[in-house]
Amino acid sequence: MIHLPLGWTGSLSGLLIGLAFGAILEGAGFADPARLTGQLRLVDWTVFKVMFTAIIVAGTLLYLFRDLGLLPFGRIFVPSLYLWGTLLGGALIGIGMAVGGYCPGTAAVALASGRLDGLVFLLGIGAGTILFNGAYPAIGGWAYARTGKAALTLPQLLHLSPWIILPALLALLVAVVRLTAAPAGRASS
Amino acid sequence: MKPGPRPVWNPHAAGAALGVLLFVTFLATGHGLGVTGATTYATASALAAASPRGLAPHSYLAAYARAGLDQWIVWEAGGMLLGGLAGAALGRRLRPRIDGPRLAASPVRLALALLGGTASGFGARMAMGCTSGMGLSGSAPLAVAGFVFLIGFFAAGLLAGRLVAPLWGGEGGR
Repeated sequence: MIHLPLGWTGSLSGLLIGLAFGAILEGAGFADPARLTGQLRLVDWTVFKVMFTAIIVAGTLLYLFRDLGLLPFGRIFVPSLYLWGTLLGGALIGIGMAVGGYCPGTAAVALASGRLDGLVFLLGIGAGTILFNGAYPAIGGWAYARTGKAALTLPQLLHLSPWIILPALLALLVAVVRLTAAPAGRASS
Repeated sequence: MKPGPRPVWNPHAAGAALGVLLFVTFLATGHGLGVTGATTYATASALAAASPRGLAPHSYLAAYARAGLDQWIVWEAGGMLLGGLAGAALGRRLRPRIDGPRLAASPVRLALALLGGTASGFGARMAMGCTSGMGLSGSAPLAVAGFVFLIGFFAAGLLAGRLVAPLWGGEGGR
């Protein structure tokens, strides 16, 4: 009987998974800051489509394996909610994308595609990390205060089955795709 | 004539591939994909190497510096660079350049990238993850934290995106 997760946390596992991750992000066009920031100007919906498709596919497979008894969620990392840290941190990363063109992973594939501004964005991440190190004594207490039980999930919070929530996310994705589709008769990339 | 770049993948195909990869990553390692774990280890190690006294022993980054660079997430980030390079080369999208807002000159583009990166790096430590580690890998198991992250990300990003839109030629900047 195979025990999941497999515990493949060595260097080769990291390299191979990273290789696929980088190729997929680049293939999706995520090395291109015009496409990424186009989502924030609501002129390009690629970021939303890729992310929501990925969340729904991975979520469906994870809950399927959980319900089959193959992958109890106690054995995988499900992040806890630290309301202010999570919300404000997410906001800073959104502002960082609007201003600098990328988020951390997309800056890495931008660099890999020859973009010098991707490298500078990564150096900025280093600077921001150092600033956080200095600010940590002042903000760690409230930013890292946990909200609710550890590893809180939407099904637990809303008292709904994941098999209601996942189709609802799919419906949201389909609605956005429909609403943002190019007018009939005009093909769009 | 030199052939131009190949078109990028269909977004739903790319998203499905990313979802399957994320699921496989959970099966293999017990956690999802990430990026800023690697940049945090790298920054901590660089600081410790640069300063003769090293990091203050109880500072946030000290534990990262002590742990060293031989971490799954650091190998993964290295793999990302190789995978991105291979994808860009095969797609004929590999070209040295300084990218950024259409109407901004190169020095302005680099300054904006540095500024945006700084906000992103600080934010990733506050959120304990970035768009990959928290937004994607947290939302897949339907963690509330993943969706709260995405709400903060899109809400602030849409507002800031509106302010920066004129630099992109006013597209969507109405």
